[in-house]
Amino acid sequence: MPQKTSLNNRPLEIRWHGRGGQGAITAAKIVAEAAYLKGYKGVTAAPSFGAERRGAPVSASTRISDQPVLVMSQVENPDIVMVLDHTLLTYPEVIAGLNNNGWLIVNSPLSPRELGIKGNFNIATADATRICLELGIIVAGQVIVNTAILGALAKATRVVDLPTLEKVLRDRFSKSTVEMNLAAVHKTHDATRIFKSG
Amino acid sequence: MAIQRKSNIHIMDGNQAAAIAARLSRVQVVAAYPITPQTPLTEQLSLFVESGELKAEYVAVESEHSALAVCTSASIVGARAFTATSAHGLAYMHEMLHWAAGARLPIVLACVNRAIGAPWNVLNDQQDSIAQRDTGWIQIYCRNNQEILDTVIQAFRIAEQVYVPVMVCYDGYILSHTEMPVDIPDQADVDKYLPPYKPHTTLDPANPKNYNLVTLADPRVGVEGKLCHGYMELRYLLQEALQNSRETILDAGQEFNKIFGRDYARMFWEDRNEDAEITIVAMGSLAMEAIVAADMLREEGIKVGVLGLRVFRPFPKADVVRVLRKSKLIVVFDKNISYGSEGATCSEIKSALYGTYINASIRNFIVGLGGRDVKARELADATRKAIASLKETVINPDYPEWICQI
Repeated sequence: MPQKTSLNNRPLEIRWHGRGGQGAITAAKIVAEAAYLKGYKGVTAAPSFGAERRGAPVSASTRISDQPVLVMSQVENPDIVMVLDHTLLTYPEVIAGLNNNGWLIVNSPLSPRELGIKGNFNIATADATRICLELGIIVAGQVIVNTAILGALAKATRVVDLPTLEKVLRDRFSKSTVEMNLAAVHKTHDATRIFKSG
Repeated sequence: MAIQRKSNIHIMDGNQAAAIAARLSRVQVVAAYPITPQTPLTEQLSLFVESGELKAEYVAVESEHSALAVCTSASIVGARAFTATSAHGLAYMHEMLHWAAGARLPIVLACVNRAIGAPWNVLNDQQDSIAQRDTGWIQIYCRNNQEILDTVIQAFRIAEQVYVPVMVCYDGYILSHTEMPVDIPDQADVDKYLPPYKPHTTLDPANPKNYNLVTLADPRVGVEGKLCHGYMELRYLLQEALQNSRETILDAGQEFNKIFGRDYARMFWEDRNEDAEITIVAMGSLAMEAIVAADMLREEGIKVGVLGLRVFRPFPKADVVRVLRKSKLIVVFDKNISYGSEGATCSEIKSALYGTYINASIRNFIVGLGGRDVKARELADATRKAIASLKETVINPDYPEWICQI
């Protein structure tokens, strides 16, 4: 998982859940860029449409395909759900529609089993908040985990790999912050714990 | 013809694509007032001006009405002018939309399609631009961000050849805020494609003239002793310009293909119409979703094609008829509603078919108002429902069906 990228013309779909200000939308865009760099011709990254507010639950999506993406409607059955703030797991819409054998990837101090979530999908967790706190990735008093969690995505799936992520991050971030963010990606990658269903 | 060109692809949203297109078109005056979801476009343009990447006058105004008034004045003195807006902003421009078209000024306006209140809503539908249908502007709709970039550049070429303003419409959020790969052309190629703007009139203090002064019903002799058109003759010439603009639009698309390798020599997009018995009609990003719906229906053995409307004004009646002549059923999805009647594009299709001996059934569905998500499977479901309804005797129901929860 997930070698499939466009089964029956269906792109691979990632849905991101975070809180306003955590950078879920930026993470969605970074993954789209990384996938494009890896040779996928069709990528899209979209915020959930409407008003976004700091601290309030927000979502975003990334679609990846080897052909141009034609689907513009909201993601209904994600292959991967990324959760930047584990307190959001209390909302049923976070795992709603997650595909069988898909991935739920959560920023959490808990192990996948300790999350207590049951479903026909794989679970990965990593304590990105602690890692980012230690590295001092804090903006306006908020720990920013959106780059770190990409390490967990790279560990659990083949959607992105660390070298490609590094390329995109070096392109997007200033010299003063990129090393810190790359360290967060690598540390979170190594700290990711995985529970496979079935 | 195989064209060897290097690509310069970046992942960007629709607003960025429109801003880059305006920059590449070397616009000289930008006047715009920020409104969701158009705001990032105006922000990007003001950044381009401030950084010196775009040598233009950015006029900060207090309203959309003034934004288009500034563009009108700039255009009449020979500057290439660009503005952008959405929803209430476009409604507020209404008077000046008439003025820009009536004065035959080749302004380009990006309309980032958004619903109009009441009640307040910032999300996508196409009611805003459809409500400006009769202001005399050419209207072109985009399906993705590459088309936004390419169409803004083409729009200047078209507008400056036929002296009619062009509205480039794209779906708010769905395109304006969604990132996807976009190939950015070279400035030198755009310069080759888009010659400098030659105004049809010039304002010169040494040679004072009046333009667009009170014009009476009948032609009469002007101050220079020549017989001048009356109001109605000027209106006829605007209509004639739009009627004749098809060739210019197709030529702009063909020339674009020669330089940039993307073919726009078309009034609408087609997908699998060669053997289609059923045609789905949609406009904007929905025309892409419709292709996915057609995939689903084709898997069931239903011969479905898609007609993705691109140019809404002038409406390409004859071209549409040519494509629809084998259709038994035409399913039209509208993200707008002419209250008390039906969706605007459905009316156009019906009007185009009158007297052509095409006797296809037509079903109209109103979808996606105020940002209501429209999924491919919903388009497929509606199409199946339309097929089932063919057993009824009514060829064309009086009113559309709404895909909503009432």
